[in-house]
Amino acid sequence: MRRYSAFAIVREAARHHLGWERAWASPSPKARYDAVIVGAGGHGLATAYYLGKNHGITNVAVIEKGWLGGGNTGRNTTIIRSNYLQDPSAAIYEKSRSLYETMSQDLNYNVMFSPRGVMMLAQTEHELRGYRRTTHANALQGVATEFIAPERVRELCPIINIDGPRYPVLGALWQPRGGTARHDAVAWGYARACSAMGMDIIQQCEVTGVQSANGKVTGVRTTKGDIATPKLGIVVAGHSGVLAEMAGFRLPVESVALQALVSEPIKPCMDVVVMANTVHGYMSQSDKGEMVIGGGADGYNNYTQRGSFHHIEETVRALIETFPMISRLKMLRQWGGIVDMTGDRSPILSKTPLEGCFINCGWGTGGFKAIPGSGWGFAELMAKGHSPLTAAFGLERFREGRFVDESVAAGVAH
Amino acid sequence: MLILTCPNCGLAADETELSPGGEAHLKRFGPGSEDADFEGYLFHRANPKGVHFERWRHAYGCGKWFLAARDTATLEVFGTYPAQTTEPPAEIITRIRARHPDWSPT
Ligand SMILES: Cc1cc2nc3c(=O)[nH]c(=O)nc-3n(C[C@H](O)[C@H](O)[C@H](O)COP(=O)(O)OP(=O)(O)OC[C@H]3O[C@@H](n4cnc5c(N)ncnc54)[C@H](O)[C@@H]3O)c2cc1C
Ligand SMILES: [Zn+2]
Repeated sequence: MRRYSAFAIVREAARHHLGWERAWASPSPKARYDAVIVGAGGHGLATAYYLGKNHGITNVAVIEKGWLGGGNTGRNTTIIRSNYLQDPSAAIYEKSRSLYETMSQDLNYNVMFSPRGVMMLAQTEHELRGYRRTTHANALQGVATEFIAPERVRELCPIINIDGPRYPVLGALWQPRGGTARHDAVAWGYARACSAMGMDIIQQCEVTGVQSANGKVTGVRTTKGDIATPKLGIVVAGHSGVLAEMAGFRLPVESVALQALVSEPIKPCMDVVVMANTVHGYMSQSDKGEMVIGGGADGYNNYTQRGSFHHIEETVRALIETFPMISRLKMLRQWGGIVDMTGDRSPILSKTPLEGCFINCGWGTGGFKAIPGSGWGFAELMAKGHSPLTAAFGLERFREGRFVDESVAAGVAH
Repeated sequence: MLILTCPNCGLAADETELSPGGEAHLKRFGPGSEDADFEGYLFHRANPKGVHFERWRHAYGCGKWFLAARDTATLEVFGTYPAQTTEPPAEIITRIRARHPDWSPT
């Protein structure tokens, strides 16, 4: 694989850009791999990448029913933060955030990580106390956050209406090193790096069955034939229940739609990410100038990647009170993704009742930020059977009542 | 927009009037049951891509609970029926089978 560099741009400019290579190969599946990952979203690709990079396992296939990053990885609003409440969450999300800082260099692919700062507004007394508590927890965990006063909120983001009639801003939880990144580039960068290590990324290939013998996984059935493997990683987000059924177990997960929308592009007006969890809305401005807007998930099981119109209405209504200047903006596009929700709003990175079969799911509305950390931990779990990053996120936590409860801490999407 | 007819008051209610209540026909395992059964009852969900039986409440209408059969892959509604039912009524099963001949309850 030829490296991307300033020199490469000059070289290609001088010869009509005829020398760029394909970023990754599109091979046909082999009969057998040492490990197979189902799902070429960010989490599946990052898992494959770290299986190769950290554990030397490169005879790996990543199997994708659609196209690379066509699931939630290419549909999210790209907020990256690690200001969670519980210690196991802080560990995996902060590992992830720190890996984002060097990802472009590691992958030799510009993922446009922009640590512009993430601000979570406290708009009720309850939220104010909650975020103060998170700030203290973060200090103990070594995650740099601070609780800031309304005046500082106004300085950092002048377009916020600080003293709105219904939900005045009482302060905010501020993580200066949070931010955003280019979602497609994350998938593409990992895919290119995996392909360069000799891994096979097989698109347009749906897994339709999981094969096993004597309680151990032996392979998968796909629309491109059977593929044998002793190690299977299921990383399919919204489709986790479907794959779990193929493998013969049930999950504490429900799939629902989460929507987002973007406005027409406008001049730069906001250089931080703002989340307003009480009113269920959040917003940032993309490099193209569009306002990127998201809200809460829809309430009922849904696999259609299409949500309810009234949720968009609720999100936008809420944000207009906090950001009055967006009231005349035209919205350009709206879309949905199918997110995999667990009861405690924490992910599942776990062994399963089927030996050799591992599952990484339950990231729900907030897993883009976790892609590199999750791949790091899940690859270690698959390679060695144990990882300190994933230990608290096993399936057995539900039976044992050891929840990693982030639903109270985050209150809303992502 | 999702529209469900409330079997309690007969109104065709749109989604903004309703609150979803998750999977229907769960069998309750209480104190004294096996850990695995209790775990299944509390946490494990079928979460199918296809036919789904679920609980809804006519929250901003008559306030009562009812059950619905829906297809999560197409958003088609097969019908609604009273909450005091332990399994889906025959007419709903017939409607589901008309659409999905190989469907069987799990
Ligand atoms: C609207 C929206 C906004 C969001 N905003 C944020 C945010 O701001 N910050 C944040 O951190 N997170 C956010 N998220 C959540 C985040 O997008 C997800 O948690 C994350 O992308 C999940 O990545 P993944 O790799 O697990 O899943 P995906 O990217 O969904 O990848 C799973 C892949 O598996 C494939 N697959 C499924 N079934 C099969 C099969 N049978 N065979 C083969 N392949 C299969 C799918 O086609 C898919 O490509 C948002 C999500 C949505 C929908
Ligand atoms: Zn009613």
